[in-house]
Amino acid sequence: MVTILIILAIVLTSFAIWQLVRVFEGTSKLKDDSSFVPTDAENSYQGKMMFVFMLGYFAFFAWLYVEYVPLLLPESASEHGVLLDQLLGFNFLIITIVFVVTHVFLFYFAYKYTFSKDRKAYFYTHSNKLELLWTTVPAVFLAVIIVYGLSAWIDITDEAPENSLTIELYPKQFDWTARYSGMDSTLGASNYNMISTFNPLGVITNGSVAQMQEELKADIVYYQEELEKAPKGGIKDEELTESIAKRKRQLERVASFEGLSAASLVSGDDDILVKSEFYVPRGKSVEFIFRSRDVIHSAYMPHFRSQMNCVPGMTTTMNFIPTITTEEMRAKTNNPEFEYMLLCNKICGAAHYNMKMVIKVVEQEEYNKWISEQKTFNESIQPADEGMASKISISGNEISMIEQ
Amino acid sequence: MATEAAHKDDHHHEETFISKYIFSMDHKMISKQFLITGMIMAVIGMIMSSLFRLQLGWQGESFWILNFLLGDKWAPDGILDPNMYLALVTIHGTIMVFFLLTGGLSGTFANLLIPFQIGARDMASGFMNMLSYWFFLASSIVMISSLFIETGPASGGWTVYPPLSALPQAMPGSGLGMTLWLVSMSLFIVSSLLGGLNYVVTVINLRTKGMTMTRLPLSIWALFVTAIIGVLSFPVLFSAALLLIFDRMFGTSFYLSDIHIAGEVLEQTGGSPILFEHLFWFLGHPEVYIVLLPALGITSEVIATNARKPIFGYRAMIGSILAIAFLSFIVWGHHMFITGMNPFLGSVFTFTTLLIAIPSAVKAFNYITTLWKGNIRFTPAMLFSIGMVSTFISGGVTGIILADSALDINLHDTYFVVAHFHIVMGLSAVLAMYAGVYHWFPKMYGKMMNRKLGYAHFWLTFVSAYGVFFPQHFLGLAGMPRRYYSNSEFPMFDEFVSLNELISVFAIVGALAQFIFMFNFFYSMFRGPRSSQNPWGSNTLEWTTPVDPIHGNWPGPLPVVHRWAYDYSKPGKEHDFVPQTVPLEEGELDGGAGH
Ligand code: HEM
Ligand SMILES: [Cu+2]
Ligand SMILES: [Cu+2]
Repeated sequence: MVTILIILAIVLTSFAIWQLVRVFEGTSKLKDDSSFVPTDAENSYQGKMMFVFMLGYFAFFAWLYVEYVPLLLPESASEHGVLLDQLLGFNFLIITIVFVVTHVFLFYFAYKYTFSKDRKAYFYTHSNKLELLWTTVPAVFLAVIIVYGLSAWIDITDEAPENSLTIELYPKQFDWTARYSGMDSTLGASNYNMISTFNPLGVITNGSVAQMQEELKADIVYYQEELEKAPKGGIKDEELTESIAKRKRQLERVASFEGLSAASLVSGDDDILVKSEFYVPRGKSVEFIFRSRDVIHSAYMPHFRSQMNCVPGMTTTMNFIPTITTEEMRAKTNNPEFEYMLLCNKICGAAHYNMKMVIKVVEQEEYNKWISEQKTFNESIQPADEGMASKISISGNEISMIEQ
Repeated sequence: MATEAAHKDDHHHEETFISKYIFSMDHKMISKQFLITGMIMAVIGMIMSSLFRLQLGWQGESFWILNFLLGDKWAPDGILDPNMYLALVTIHGTIMVFFLLTGGLSGTFANLLIPFQIGARDMASGFMNMLSYWFFLASSIVMISSLFIETGPASGGWTVYPPLSALPQAMPGSGLGMTLWLVSMSLFIVSSLLGGLNYVVTVINLRTKGMTMTRLPLSIWALFVTAIIGVLSFPVLFSAALLLIFDRMFGTSFYLSDIHIAGEVLEQTGGSPILFEHLFWFLGHPEVYIVLLPALGITSEVIATNARKPIFGYRAMIGSILAIAFLSFIVWGHHMFITGMNPFLGSVFTFTTLLIAIPSAVKAFNYITTLWKGNIRFTPAMLFSIGMVSTFISGGVTGIILADSALDINLHDTYFVVAHFHIVMGLSAVLAMYAGVYHWFPKMYGKMMNRKLGYAHFWLTFVSAYGVFFPQHFLGLAGMPRRYYSNSEFPMFDEFVSLNELISVFAIVGALAQFIFMFNFFYSMFRGPRSSQNPWGSNTLEWTTPVDPIHGNWPGPLPVVHRWAYDYSKPGKEHDFVPQTVPLEEGELDGGAGH
């Protein structure tokens, strides 16, 4: 079918070229006024083309519908998504009717009332009745759409129930990390000043604060050594001085986290960080919390009819109840490789198209088993490798220098 | 006309080439300057779209043309670089929305039609008008020059959301390219404000005797209201751009907070990227009507003239233009439903947005009723106008889906949105712009364009336009995000490879078809048959001016207006049109005043 359409496109082009050639055969023989407006033959031809176009347009719509609707997203895998799909269906029904009816009138009138010298158009300037009709009828339909739509919206944006599972989704250029709250059901505090290779989300715990301070101090020492080597007064010199000052200020901010309450300094220890795929149990409300490390990203989970922007400097949330496990969806879609996906849906840089995570919806027991196998944050930041810290900062610095 | 000869004597000052074609203050010449500049920009934007459609249609395949045009840096081995892909999309969007459909469309038709149709000798300030064009040209040149710099042009999307657009570390395009984008847009805003103020003042003050507001052609109403919207909303974009410049250059933090990028902590805190979105869309939504209203205005004229029938519901049409203009300022939040805004606020924006559908629907129904029992002449302009009504409806109805905040959750930033706004804004405005050019070409150059080529151009354009954008609804419903360089990372999109290919074929056919127009335009400009004074049998005042344009538009005194612009096929009249300058007969009612 696609090939046929491509051929059609090529035929249309050749038709155009043919027209072009013809034009030059009989250019402008007639020069009087009447030659400026279309001839009767042209009018009637174009009028018919209008009608033909309408049929073609509807046929194209029908073909797309038949061919591609079965390939759209499978049935919603979240509770609220079912509601959304119904709402979508209802709205589509209305707009399709409006679309078809108005197009039939538009193109049919264009065809029917093609110019004729013997006829005069009907001088019809306005009609209050008609205009009232097509102000109120759309208004009534829109009222229904608004009420139906907003009731769904209020439902979906409602706060997550108390016993929800909380997961933080944290994007950066160009990947995602998911964080679970661990045994204590509370996500540990976090701050962007705390971010390092060992601590991609900047979680604040006693261990990570100490480690971050060490890293920064090692950095400062490294830069000071470099500074001694660098010729005085050069650009390099200025840059290094600035880097040192910047790290000292960061060190101060990091040190201030030691003043947080003892409870919040341990709450992050049992957090669990995972990459590339994350699990959620079926039937349980999941509350997602979003932040971002660098630019705006958007957590898009189309199979669950869910999306929320991830904005640096603020926290956003969204919740849903997954209803169909990955296994079940594989059976339903007849696709043994089916996976639920998390996509990035806000332009965020070169690899925006490649920021993804697999979402596994499983039964509660399987979820419990999986989560118990994951390393906690405290385990993952353990042994801090000497010298590593400075390497990281240097490479970071290099990146920013190249791109300036 | 006898007066034509008389006029020759009042040519007091000889014009040099420079004062006539370059530093012209004549509205007709400025209009042509806007049109030609807009066309050049459009060709560039169109070529860009063909290039990125090559990538999207045949992902990861090599095309020598990409390498030829973009070089080894941006298309090594003929494969488009992802950063360049984003750059092309960004500049394409910017050019089409601002340079073609704002500057090009309003600049051309406001300049051409306002003095002509209200019966004025020129704009209120010819000098400001000239400046408006020169700022426009300067901003175009700056925008295009950004294509040639080492790090590439701005690449963060035409909406340039920070922090992506604020931080050179985030992508190469956010370096010098983004600076040039901001400079260019600032110049553009100056141009648009100079032009807009002038249009508003001219319509208010320089209407000829008898040209009451309720006798103005709808094209003038549309252009007038558009200018008002522009004057109120562009300054907000200017402030958004200014704050972004501060964040980029002076370390302020209007839009930045808590950022760790490229291995470094940024010290800016307390700003919010969401602030930028609010400022941007406070202009951005009115902007879509700045694009659309002139298109609707042109369509109203062309449809009434060629259906030989009064526009149906003239007053309702004015009312809906005003209602749309007012509402367009209170709906911007529908672009931000999923930024974490308070759900209640989201509900308010859903409500106001859906209200706009009512005046829009009134307009669509009124066009259709104008055709009913008309006597339709299918000039190329008429075909384009009917096409425009079709795209306005096809694209408008999907707005109802997107306006529903709940449904927008799953459709925001997908190809569904791309389909929606291209059809309703892009296609409608482009088709109307073509309609305007075919219709008023005789008034610009005193020549006629070739009709046969016009027909070929219309059908190829119309069919391929729908061929490109209609299928994109389905991509969006399948969850395909926009601004993706490639979809091959997600097996869920594998089924749509052939559809993407089809879209790309249509895009390329459609792009090629525009050269038919280009040829027709330039050929007719020099070799087209000479037009008569009123080739379409039209009522409005511009058709009472001499065929060869003159300074001051009318030789002798200004015309006096006696009736509205839509006395087509009025019963009891000899011809099927009655120009606005013909006095009312005893007991004859003026259509515009209602009866
Ligand atoms: C009539 C002329 C219209 C024009 C010119 C227009 C233009 C646009 C444009 C340019 C965008 C996309 C901006 C972007 O993200 O890059 C857009 C999005 C949108 N339009 Fe329209 N539109 C029109 C009519 C409507 C109508 C009648 C409605 C509602 C009844 C509507 C609702 C929306 C919504 C809700 C979005 C945001 C979708 C999203 O980003 O998720 N539009 N429109
Ligand atoms: Cu991203
Ligand atoms: Cu909008």
